[in-house]
Amino acid sequence: MKRRPLLKSTLAASALLLSGLFPFTVQAAETIKVGILHSLSGTMAISETSLKDMALMTIDEINAKGGVLGKQLEPVVVDPASNWPLFAERARQLLSQDKVDVTFGCWTSVSRKSVLPVYEELNGLLFYPVQYEGEELSPNVFYTGAAPNQQAIPAVEYLMSEDGGAAKRYFLLGTDYVYPRTTNKILRAFLHSKGVADKDIQEVYTPFGHSDYQTIVANIKKFSAGGKTAVISTVNGDSNVPFYKELANQGIEATDIPVVAFSVGEEELRGIDTKPLVGQLAAWNYFQSVENPVNSAFVAKWKAYAKAKNLPGADKAVTNDPMEATYVGINMWAQAVEKAGSTDVDKVRDAMAGQTFAAPSGYTLTMDATNHHLHKPVMIGEVQEDGQFEVVWQTEGPLRAQPWSPYIEGNDKKPDYAVKSN
Amino acid sequence: MPTALYRLFLLLTLLLPLTGHAGDASDFVAASPSKQAKLLESWSAAPDAARLPLLEALQQGRLAADSGKNPFIEVNGLYQSAEGEFAPAEAPRKLRLNNRLRGLIGTAMASHQLLAEEPALRLAAARELQKRAKPAQLGLLDARVASETDAQVRTALTLALANLQLVDRDPAIRLAAVRLLGETGDPLARTRLETLLDPAVEDDAGVRTAAQTGLAQVKRKLLIGELLGQAFSGLSLGSILLLAALGLAITFGLLGVINMAHGEMLMLGAYATYMVQLLFQRFAPEAIALYPLVALPVAFFVTAAIGMALERTVIRHLYGRPLETLLATWGISLILIQLVRLLFGAQNVEVANPYWLSGGVQVLPNLVLPYNRIVIIGFALCVVVLTWLLLNKTRLGLNVRAVTQNRAMAACCGVPTGRVDMLAFGLGSGIAGLGGVALSQIGNVGPDLGQSYIIDSFLVVVLGGVGQLAGSVMAAFGLGIANKILEPQIGAVLGKILILGLIILFIQKRPQGLFALKGRVID
Repeated sequence: MKRRPLLKSTLAASALLLSGLFPFTVQAAETIKVGILHSLSGTMAISETSLKDMALMTIDEINAKGGVLGKQLEPVVVDPASNWPLFAERARQLLSQDKVDVTFGCWTSVSRKSVLPVYEELNGLLFYPVQYEGEELSPNVFYTGAAPNQQAIPAVEYLMSEDGGAAKRYFLLGTDYVYPRTTNKILRAFLHSKGVADKDIQEVYTPFGHSDYQTIVANIKKFSAGGKTAVISTVNGDSNVPFYKELANQGIEATDIPVVAFSVGEEELRGIDTKPLVGQLAAWNYFQSVENPVNSAFVAKWKAYAKAKNLPGADKAVTNDPMEATYVGINMWAQAVEKAGSTDVDKVRDAMAGQTFAAPSGYTLTMDATNHHLHKPVMIGEVQEDGQFEVVWQTEGPLRAQPWSPYIEGNDKKPDYAVKSN
Repeated sequence: MPTALYRLFLLLTLLLPLTGHAGDASDFVAASPSKQAKLLESWSAAPDAARLPLLEALQQGRLAADSGKNPFIEVNGLYQSAEGEFAPAEAPRKLRLNNRLRGLIGTAMASHQLLAEEPALRLAAARELQKRAKPAQLGLLDARVASETDAQVRTALTLALANLQLVDRDPAIRLAAVRLLGETGDPLARTRLETLLDPAVEDDAGVRTAAQTGLAQVKRKLLIGELLGQAFSGLSLGSILLLAALGLAITFGLLGVINMAHGEMLMLGAYATYMVQLLFQRFAPEAIALYPLVALPVAFFVTAAIGMALERTVIRHLYGRPLETLLATWGISLILIQLVRLLFGAQNVEVANPYWLSGGVQVLPNLVLPYNRIVIIGFALCVVVLTWLLLNKTRLGLNVRAVTQNRAMAACCGVPTGRVDMLAFGLGSGIAGLGGVALSQIGNVGPDLGQSYIIDSFLVVVLGGVGQLAGSVMAAFGLGIANKILEPQIGAVLGKILILGLIILFIQKRPQGLFALKGRVID
């Protein structure tokens, strides 16, 4: 009789101990680690910091709904500081030390190119949320931003149209790295195919972080005397602020010389007085001003999140295209993991094909069955006085991406599915 | 109910074109974008003073329409019916415009303002039409030239007319137009005249010759504008380099401290400007335009105080040990950057230009000088003059020069060398702070701001000759102008590389820099 209570109590105690220990160990083992690889300092911080915050918000949201496969997502944030070799180092750290199951990150193509070998070597999974130049299709990357035919080409077609000002001459201005150089190569071939001669195209590059745009703006003015001119800007990072300031100071208005930018969105315009810039253009796949219920909820959620987390400038928080692409990317990945029933990279990759998601852009976006890119709608927006964009032109529906642009020679022989680059 | 409403609505829409005058606003609101463009073109050919409020509303983006396509004009947040007396059925939506329409609105506005009473308005309108006049406006311009009373406006109008007369049927009129255009320095005239050189376009030989001479004239004028523009941007870049380097010319040049934290003094000066701007926004928003002026002394004293504290605590222990100084100041620079990151965040902060530093002044048809750059050139020269006066005309300056030339002898004569070192270092840092205020007005303000200027600053001081203010001034302007001459030829990236290569060669040949200190040099 005496043994029983003892047995009971030991059992109870061990059960208690187990129940005390076990959930704890379960929780520790059963989170899914998600890497976030965005520059939080340096020249790209102006663009990338908000992507980090957007990723954290989306992860919070998924966790609040019960996580993925019943497990909570655990973000691992690192800062590669706009330093390209550091991107590769941090990526390796995320994959081999933190053992993340997926990474959301990179903005510039040069940073993506520097982490690509790491992801291919260690079979990691990277979601890249920014428009880029194409010419790449890695099995370890999903591209949720636009390929050239989903941004650059439609933008130039718009400039050529009557409503876009029927431009005859094109000034291609970019930061000196792979994205602007390749995009301009594609655009030059495209312009040739439309009958624009080389003398009507000028290509100029500046270093990262360049801040003296006097000569270049004077050159643009000189160039524009030869006929209706449009500027196609692939300037990235905080150089955009001095560039637009100089345009305004030298009295260039959008009605005379429209500037269409591929890397300037609502976030970059926060630091500039936009009154002299009204009418300047940007081409994206989403603008904050797009009106639909999904977007209103998305914008409201972001504003509330910015306020709750006390982010810098929270009272003027805006959303932009790469933020939307980050949001879509994380949600699609979560859906794919649920479908695959595992976070294993190979299984998730297969499950990603054909995933759909009702995006804030107002369309249900589809991940292509083979080429790792989203089908996206294209929109051209004009800068308004309040720093927002007003859509002046858009495609009828989502376009399929062409990562291998037909305007670059030899691309017609490249396969339309992902192959390791080396 | 819905049918009754619908009928009423139909009735109203049917009545609308009948009620009162033409209803330009209603026409415009109801038209498709291409129709709107046609409407604007017809309006600019036949201006009507009654249409001016509508055009003004269009230009300022105040025209709106409700779902029944009734036009409304927004005045101070309230919508007033543009025609008739309708109350908006629901909140009207503002009209969407694109760049093409905005341009046409500008033309229409200008041709309406030709009817204005004030000659100044008419002059501005005529100038606008020189750029944008459409062939349909030929008759209008012809009539206005004949009836214009103000001589200046008439000249401007004649020019606007000449642009359109280039395709006139009468060779005599074409010839007169070509002659007129030849006398302007307008970049657009160049392209217009160039097309006339082609016999397929212009069959009259006399006009072709006139176009040839006119073109030469225009090109000469444009060249002058271009050269002046290049010289100005060179001076502007030079003045920025000078402001960045002047503080270093004192801490490194005179005191001989290899100060790697100099860039961070610039950065702190820029952040001081940001803080002053924030304070103005909070406490004196009506005087916000004056904040850069207040920021100057604040930035000077903040950075000078930090500089003096550094000198007292770290640098004074390292005099005569250049390698340790270099490492220590580099460490300080990293600490300062991280400190600013912690306090203000890693992202750039927004420093807005006040209105008097935005925009520019049109000097020649192809030359606009931005105000912020003009002010910075003037400011740089003021700082140089003040620094020179301080070093050469005051007791402190005398002491600084004495200590840098012969420390032991100066100490023997009773100069408190320790204090002088501290003050001189503070002065150098303070001047860097002033430079930071200027830099905040043209570039981005972020924790890394100093990093992008530190190399340029050392280049200027080393090139100019260590220990010489005049050398730094010459080197800064020389580098600025050389950079701006090279940039259009070979691009910004190659230009920078080439300049760096040239400086290395120059220093190899002449290690003492442009200006060498004669006699005994610093220890």
